[in-house]
Amino acid sequence: MSLLVEALRQAASLLVGGDGEIWGILWLSLRVSATATAIALALGIPFGALLALTRFPGRGLVVSAVNTGMGLPPVVVGLFISLLLWRSGLLGVWEILYTPTAIVIAQAVIATPIVTGITLAAVQNVPERFRLQLVALGASRLQMVWVVLREARLPMLAAVMAGFGGIISEIGASMMVGGNIKGQTRTLTTAMVLETGKGNFDVAIALAILLLVLIFLVNWALTAIQQRGASAR
Amino acid sequence: MSGTAHAPRPADGALSAVVELEAVRVVYGGRPVVDVGHLAVRAGELLAIIGPNGSGKSTLLRVLGLLEPPTAGEVRFRGQAVARRDLLTVRRQMASVFQDPLLVDATAFDNVALGLRFRGLSRGEIVPRVQRWMDRLGVGHLAERRARTLSGGEAQRTALARALVLQPAVLLLDEPFSALDQPTREALIVELGRILRHDRITTVLVTHDRGEAMTLGDQVAAMMDGRILQLADAARLFRAPASEVVARFVGVETIVDGRVVAAGDGLLTLDVAGQKIEVAAGRGQAGEEVRLCVRPEDVTLTVPGEVSLSSSRNQLTGTITQLLPSGAQVRALVDCGFPLVALVTHRSVEEMSMVEGLPVVASFKATAAHVIPRS
Amino acid sequence: MTRRFAILALALLAVAVTPLHAQPPASRTMILSTTTSTQDSGLLDVLVPQFERKTGYSVKTISVGTGQALALAARGEADVTLAHAPALEKKYVDEGKMLNRRLVMYNDFAIIGPEADPAKIKGEKSAVAALTRIAEAKARFVSRGDKSGTHTLELNLWKQAGITPAAPWYIESGQGMGATLGIADDRQAYTITDRATLLAFAKRVGLKVMVEGDRPLLNIYSVMEVNPANGPRVNAAAGKAFADFMLSPETQQVIKTFGVDKYGQPLFVPIAGRKDEDF
Repeated sequence: MSLLVEALRQAASLLVGGDGEIWGILWLSLRVSATATAIALALGIPFGALLALTRFPGRGLVVSAVNTGMGLPPVVVGLFISLLLWRSGLLGVWEILYTPTAIVIAQAVIATPIVTGITLAAVQNVPERFRLQLVALGASRLQMVWVVLREARLPMLAAVMAGFGGIISEIGASMMVGGNIKGQTRTLTTAMVLETGKGNFDVAIALAILLLVLIFLVNWALTAIQQRGASAR
Repeated sequence: MSGTAHAPRPADGALSAVVELEAVRVVYGGRPVVDVGHLAVRAGELLAIIGPNGSGKSTLLRVLGLLEPPTAGEVRFRGQAVARRDLLTVRRQMASVFQDPLLVDATAFDNVALGLRFRGLSRGEIVPRVQRWMDRLGVGHLAERRARTLSGGEAQRTALARALVLQPAVLLLDEPFSALDQPTREALIVELGRILRHDRITTVLVTHDRGEAMTLGDQVAAMMDGRILQLADAARLFRAPASEVVARFVGVETIVDGRVVAAGDGLLTLDVAGQKIEVAAGRGQAGEEVRLCVRPEDVTLTVPGEVSLSSSRNQLTGTITQLLPSGAQVRALVDCGFPLVALVTHRSVEEMSMVEGLPVVASFKATAAHVIPRS
Repeated sequence: MTRRFAILALALLAVAVTPLHAQPPASRTMILSTTTSTQDSGLLDVLVPQFERKTGYSVKTISVGTGQALALAARGEADVTLAHAPALEKKYVDEGKMLNRRLVMYNDFAIIGPEADPAKIKGEKSAVAALTRIAEAKARFVSRGDKSGTHTLELNLWKQAGITPAAPWYIESGQGMGATLGIADDRQAYTITDRATLLAFAKRVGLKVMVEGDRPLLNIYSVMEVNPANGPRVNAAAGKAFADFMLSPETQQVIKTFGVDKYGQPLFVPIAGRKDEDF
């Protein structure tokens, strides 16, 4: 218990005591995960909607792949992406291993199937006769998809939360492709593992508290939006 | 009987077809669901399509609305076949309302404005139009309410406003009143009928309810198993069905064999089970075997011996064999040499102390009798 | 609703497009592959910035387990290594994967244990003898168990003693030195630790030094340059510059005094120019 109290005090002093490093770590974590989430949304929402609304040979296979992707262990993603980004790897020329960009890529790969899968389910949940009604009112294909996505906005906000939450707390991939380099690719989670390994449990707990607060604030904001859409019923 | 029927076209062509089907067939997995040789929806009129569930009428409506491509055949809009690239443009000249209001999760106003937004109208153009049509449908005061909070009737009125605000060349209605409770239904049918007639909006109404078709329809088509068996104005379809199948569907309950005894002067005399029956405006030749049709609501029952004030030419004595309550009325089966069905009120049953076995006089006018060929 | 969505989207975009670390050109960046305990000592946090200032190179320090550190270098995924596993290092040199192995510094290990000292090894001069006594007494012993430099050293000692340690008295933590110390303290067990970690944890842990100073307990750090033939894009020039830097007199002086202000005694002993045979 005293460890927790000590940790809380550490957390406060770390933040307030002008230890720029902590703020840098926090900002990096937020930036990297936000960027990866944005990419996942930009790719996952249209793809999920496409899968839900079209039929093509092999569709079943693709849907299975998406569902499998939702449960991909992040560390597996990290391993394969680091193989790609190695100097000897296919994308070695890019020289982005051990940079925040690499972490963004890995996290985007982790989050995109999640967003796709949830969008797919949410759009499929909108009944077909609803789509027919929209077309019968003169909606073009694009307009119809837009209205259907708006109808499914509650589960889709859940997709955003699931995607973001999953990647800001992941460590395996960030460690492998980021390298946990001080001042460059050290995120809240990788810093936590480092400090725990060094035995600095109080610092590790302080970082954990910061991570929890960050996740809570983001989800609070998203939930407020989601529930405001739901409450007026 | 073949599956085609032609509506009489006026010579001057004042009423032109807004949308037509030509040799349209829809086949699902080998099974023909719609098979219509020709169907025209004329400007300014309401065409009601009635038929039992599974008759293909909803599919037909979807084909008319360019919402579903037929397996074979052509859809023409204003006389022109619709090309693939024009689908959206032509579809935007029509609007549909279904049994379920299918409102979007937004305010009622946003719902009614939906189609206008699809067509790219500005806010300035949208607001007055939406307000006007919501007022006409009686939901103007609900503009800012969220769609989920509307009652069934309010929601369906909103859905209708949503379609009408688009001022479509053709309005397509698929059983729009079926999910509403009785009083709401009746009120809405009357109000909508008034609006459609006043604005002369070309409408196709699909329904399984004869009452709706009779009340709203200028032309009524009877559809069964994908085919249109008869298309005529409402009165004629109900009073003069062309075949036994159609007759049964439009509510004729007495259909019995008879033989033409004499024909002339616009009057046909039949021998039905030994009884003499007179049919006005019937067509037939002496000796021809036919079927007699009488609607139950056209049969009056009186106590024998009572002075008859009725001018009905057909008065038959018989006995009540069965009394079956049916909603607000009672069905009386009378045996007068052949089975005759009459529809009477509960009051009449009380006043005449009707019971099974009671001798009665059943009468119906010659104009209420109808003759169809024996198939 | 749409407006709130738009605000959210804009916020997301604003965060996302903030430029990430500008990358210096490839020729000016290098990858230093080292071990977790080396990184944890804090020495590199002082030396690397000095090197960067002096030469203009940008260094990415990857600290992983010894095995991984050397394996990465052998694949050309690093430019220079700093490790403390002489046997393994020599193997890579023999294979031609690593070049120019030079000794940089050493720190030492100590066998520490509970004050009660159930195996009675306090003051023992020979590390091998001490471990033998621990095994005979079946006194609890916590090992790193993670193929790190520390672990390799420990296994070597067991081998010399001719003992195969096993459960239940032998516990493998599979973790870093700090965590392993925590476990040993918790279980009142013996363990082997490097001097730096010991000093860093002195106040937190109740274990006492049992055996120190024996030759096999010396932990020798060397720097090795990666053979450019190992893979594409090996920055041989940068690797050499770093290795030379570690052996320069200025750096060796920094190493000599590192840790004094914090722990009262230096953590490392600089040994540039010496050979394995000297020890």
